[in-house]
Amino acid sequence: MPIYFDHAATTTMVEPAIAALTEAVKKLGNASSLHSAGRAARKELEQAREIIAEAVDCTPSEVVFTSTGTEANNLAIKGLYWQGVKSNKKVIITSTFEHHAVADPINWLAEHEGAQVIQIGVDRKGFIDLDALKEQVEKYKNDIALISIMHSNNEVGTLQDIEQVVKIAGSIAVHSDCVQSFGKVELSFKNLGVTAATISAHKIGGPLGVAALILKRGLDIEPVLHGGGQERDLRSGTFNVPGIIAFAAAAKNAIENRKERELKVRELKQELIQTIKKNVSDAWVNGDLAKSLPGIISITFPKTDSEGLLLLLDSEGIACSTGSACSAGVQRPSHVLLAMGLSEDETTSTLRFSLSYTNTINEIAKLGSVIATVVARSKAASGKR
Amino acid sequence: MKKLKVIAAMSGGVDSAVAAARAVDAGYEVVGVHLALSSNPKKYRSGARGCCTIEDSHDARRAADVIGIPFYIWDMAEEFHKGVVENFLSEYQAGRTPNPCLRCNEKIKFEAVLDRAKALGFDGVVTGHYAITKDGADGKTLHRAADIDKDQSYVLAVLRTDQIEGAIFPLGDTVKTDTRKEAKERGLFVANKPDSHDICFVPSGDNAGWLRERLGSEIGEIVDQSGNKLGEHKGAYTYTIGQRRGLALTVPDKSGEPRYVLKIEPKSNTVVVGTHQDLAVNTIIATPPVWCGPVPQINKDLRGFAQVRAHGAPLATSYKFDGNNLIANLDQPVFGLATGQALVIYDGDRVVGSATICETI
Repeated sequence: MPIYFDHAATTTMVEPAIAALTEAVKKLGNASSLHSAGRAARKELEQAREIIAEAVDCTPSEVVFTSTGTEANNLAIKGLYWQGVKSNKKVIITSTFEHHAVADPINWLAEHEGAQVIQIGVDRKGFIDLDALKEQVEKYKNDIALISIMHSNNEVGTLQDIEQVVKIAGSIAVHSDCVQSFGKVELSFKNLGVTAATISAHKIGGPLGVAALILKRGLDIEPVLHGGGQERDLRSGTFNVPGIIAFAAAAKNAIENRKERELKVRELKQELIQTIKKNVSDAWVNGDLAKSLPGIISITFPKTDSEGLLLLLDSEGIACSTGSACSAGVQRPSHVLLAMGLSEDETTSTLRFSLSYTNTINEIAKLGSVIATVVARSKAASGKR
Repeated sequence: MKKLKVIAAMSGGVDSAVAAARAVDAGYEVVGVHLALSSNPKKYRSGARGCCTIEDSHDARRAADVIGIPFYIWDMAEEFHKGVVENFLSEYQAGRTPNPCLRCNEKIKFEAVLDRAKALGFDGVVTGHYAITKDGADGKTLHRAADIDKDQSYVLAVLRTDQIEGAIFPLGDTVKTDTRKEAKERGLFVANKPDSHDICFVPSGDNAGWLRERLGSEIGEIVDQSGNKLGEHKGAYTYTIGQRRGLALTVPDKSGEPRYVLKIEPKSNTVVVGTHQDLAVNTIIATPPVWCGPVPQINKDLRGFAQVRAHGAPLATSYKFDGNNLIANLDQPVFGLATGQALVIYDGDRVVGSATICETI
């Protein structure tokens, strides 16, 4: 069996979600229809919405279903920006190390819609500079359309103090990409106080192709998709009822088991770090060990090249990931690690391991038995001196 | 016995896809690698030109998935630019006509890629070239392919014996039409993809225009062998020895005979033209030699065949290695031979070695 240490990319579907999905796809009915088949679908859809609302700690009407986390981020960022533009607010504040699904819509708004983007830097551990944020908020106060800062970083796992961000923001809208955090650490939409948050099903054992934007009640932002007027006119498109039902089943399962799984994954993380350090003395961990997601570990193996590491680990049956690649598939230095102050060479010598409660100590031991050779070979092949 | 591990270089074309599939069948542990050779690749391929588009890398990945092997993209853009593109430009600047495919095999596929593969613990590199290697008493030797129309031993003749040791050519015994048929049978949708021609980094196919953009288009004289001006040109390096078309001479030849480019003089930016007879070459001097097998005895006169173009005919010749240069005395003259091209010597179908032509007499 291949060893899978890439659960932050996507993870195994949990049994309750598989059961819910396979049951739901057999049923006929468009949740927007008024007849009995439609009503039956609608009932299950709204039930699922309530389950997800409970899992995120928001009201059901605050859940807007989308197809992906990327779509939810686009809806929040563009919607809140266009909302702001109505009162002449054109500044967007974000961090230097957001996921592309946040950074790219913001850049698009800058290029096409006249947005002025302020990026707040992060320190070596991946924490945003809250003083700088405060300074910029005071400086642009009445011109700011929104602030978008991720709850946790997908490459290094650092958790941000979003409550503090909201405090600094005052009445300014705050969006937070919570895709990696939801179901993994404690997360309450109400307590965070954000205007909008993104969550996604397939990161927590739900199916691919379903996600949600949690958007504060009463906010009617501009939609990105226009059509049949589903989801309060915020997101048109026929409801993916089976996907949403399975999403709810996965969310329920994740929340019910969260504490126990978090504990186990944190132990596995410690074990993996120690195993690597024992076998590769010059390797180091990026980010912060305490204030971070339980399962994401970013490790730099100096003078190696991560493509080579990935290839060799893959041929040993171990899956993990490197940073991002460009459209041609060529590896590019990770903007996340660059933002944290790593050199280009260091960013392309870094791997991300992301663990799940389904991983085992034995799998980590297997990684430990091959990592020294893999690193030595990659060093020889990299040409980095 | 432990499985041998190999890297299959996959361009996204039909040959390298079938080669990779055959390597799997032969029992190798195969990892597919597509080389990203351009730092700014075009999205789509246009016709038969280019081989470094994003579409090509997708085609290669799809083929690897169908074959069932891992697939990676290696960024060799910097190495390609230094080893192939810059060399191409500087050769033209010096008045020679380079063959970039040879340089790519020499510097990229069987040096940068092979070295990296070896460092990562692989035993060799598989490509879709049409050529054959044979195990001999003194190691592996390089030979012509069974399909003489597709034979690519000429562009591989720059490989040293240690590079040939690490090279695997599963298509050497196959004719191209059979490769396409096999690709179809294997469910590889690249089966009908057109062959790539021309120079992959000049996607427009307009070699002269591409050179002018980079080297400028300073006007110079076209003269006859006595130095009489016959016309003008826009950059001497855009001409090739033996070229007849596109000279636009204003002074016609007295005898009415067509005229050909005989010489390119980059320093004075002059192109010298003359008759077909003036193009005749009997002796070729080429350097530095690369031996694809045993090194010939110094100054010993040997018999063999010379090939001076990628798909040129084998020319019966005497040849010798004088310690520095490879010298060929052809039985029959050859016409329109450009310096910068490779002289490849064959002993029957075996590649003896090659060198870059520096002088013709």
